[in-house]
Amino acid sequence: MATAKSLLTVPDFALSPRIDQVGVEERAARFTTRSIKKESKLNGLKLVLNMIDLTTLEGKDTDGKVKQLCYKAIHPHDAVPGIPTVAAVCVYPSMVKVAKKALGDSGIRVASVATAFPSGQAPRDVKIRDTRYAVNEGADEIDMVISRGKFHAGEYNFVFDEIAAIKEASGEARLKVILETGELGSFDKVRRASEIAMYAGADFIKTSTGKIQPAATMPVTLVMLEAIRDFYYKTGRMVGMKPAGGISKSKLALHYLVMVKEVLGEDWLNNEWFRFGASSLANDVLMQIVKEHTGLYQSGNYFSVD
Amino acid sequence: MSKTSVHTTSLHTNGNGTGTTETKRLEVLKTYKIYIGGQFPRTESGRYYIPVNNEGKKLANVCLSSRKDFRNAVVAARAAFGGWSGRAAFNRSQILYRMAEMLEGRRMQFIDELMQQDASRAAAEKEVDLAVDRLIYYAGWCDKYQQLFSSVNPVASSHFNFSVPEPTGVVSIIAPQQDSLLGLISVISPVIAGGNTCVVLASESKPLCAVTFAEVLNSSDLPGGVVNILTGKPSELASWFVDHMDVNATIYCEKDTDIQRMMREKSALNLKRVFFYDQTDWTAAESQSPYFIFDTQEIKTTWHPVENIAGAGGGY
Repeated sequence: MATAKSLLTVPDFALSPRIDQVGVEERAARFTTRSIKKESKLNGLKLVLNMIDLTTLEGKDTDGKVKQLCYKAIHPHDAVPGIPTVAAVCVYPSMVKVAKKALGDSGIRVASVATAFPSGQAPRDVKIRDTRYAVNEGADEIDMVISRGKFHAGEYNFVFDEIAAIKEASGEARLKVILETGELGSFDKVRRASEIAMYAGADFIKTSTGKIQPAATMPVTLVMLEAIRDFYYKTGRMVGMKPAGGISKSKLALHYLVMVKEVLGEDWLNNEWFRFGASSLANDVLMQIVKEHTGLYQSGNYFSVD
Repeated sequence: MSKTSVHTTSLHTNGNGTGTTETKRLEVLKTYKIYIGGQFPRTESGRYYIPVNNEGKKLANVCLSSRKDFRNAVVAARAAFGGWSGRAAFNRSQILYRMAEMLEGRRMQFIDELMQQDASRAAAEKEVDLAVDRLIYYAGWCDKYQQLFSSVNPVASSHFNFSVPEPTGVVSIIAPQQDSLLGLISVISPVIAGGNTCVVLASESKPLCAVTFAEVLNSSDLPGGVVNILTGKPSELASWFVDHMDVNATIYCEKDTDIQRMMREKSALNLKRVFFYDQTDWTAAESQSPYFIFDTQEIKTTWHPVENIAGAGGGY
């Protein structure tokens, strides 16, 4: 058929490329040797801040905690002018309405985890209802988890169909698919899960829930970035990337930016296509920004607790 | 072929004790590195300097620490503060005592190093002995200064009101240039006895004992990061020692009035305490006192509501 070319051909995921672990680790280590100073460092730090999904995903979260986090998202550090806001606030579905109201017209998006986060061990209809609930409450973005158990059992079609179903339930909201790489076990499987997610309709792929160690690392992020690059070459569709968990220092965040720039290019260097899932990173970035302004090493005592 | 092995043969025979030629053994020299967070890294700057004694002998290649080493050390000290200040005072006492034991065990090594750095044997022995005794002295004070500096305060309301000392936090110290071992220990001990953590810049011209003392710390149950020791130039690092916002107090042990004025000014940034121990003869009896501990303590006062203050029968 004439239209066949425009249809996405779903590959056999069992044949996903194998990953050279040693090569990936060496390549990832190279990105940490770039020297970024002065002006470019300051711009990089501001970009990092602007890419953060400020996150609170605790059983003990309250309305007050979420409101405070939202205030921090809008006013990271008013003492220094010209500091951008974060990209989004990431909460549980039950907190979406509170966050939406607190953020108002600030332009900061509300991301909600869904689909029985963090385990994902629930029937599909429950996951779909969870997602719809978050969307109806006003979530702009949905962070779903894949069914790692099914993935390990080789039921790739199940995982694929589930992501597609959640994508449909998300409607207008952008869908981030959490692979939970710490539970996948090898880079080969990370690559395979990345491809399943992207072909099933993910707008973003995300490393981790933050509940499992190891969370985001540079090598695993590199594997996912390369999967995004190959997917883009094959289909022409851009997919975003969100490493989450374990990134708490500005220096490390800058290394990630270098990696994104050198693997995917500048088109991905904005918060439409790249995010950091983090909570303590924001304060470290703010401390480094103030250090660049004042020349003084900073103390956490003078920055708001988040 | 066999002719070429003559040179090595002499080494072998010497090893058996039967050789006639003396072969001088190559001395294995110690690398003097800095001490941060319980580790012995080299300076991140890659720089070093060579202190020289009065006879013109080069002492060692010593790390010329940079402000980034200092920054890393403050991070380590801050990380160690919670655990160290939260320990039972008695346990801190035990650890200081253990430091004294380890120092005593290495007595000869320290005497040797002090003599390399121009001390006479008698002076070196006296300095090491005093240093051990000073650690013991502050080990004893660890769980006693609190009683001395605490008070129950009379107030005109229904409150039980009391004040207790608490460690101020991270203390940056520029150690005395002379008395490179005794001076160092005399300024560190009261700071850590009081539950603080510290970053110390050792004597610039006589740095050997400070680095060896770091090895004593490392083998004496003192958690990593409680004491961090850098080597380098006070002229280069003094301003960083005092304007770091995460440092709560600074101790400076020299009389350089320009540096003292600069420290007073910069300390205002975060209202850190600054102390100049510049008149102190570290061998004198007055150079050890619980008031050195008191310098790096904050006084916390608690107002505890009570129903009827007179009911206790006291005059509070």
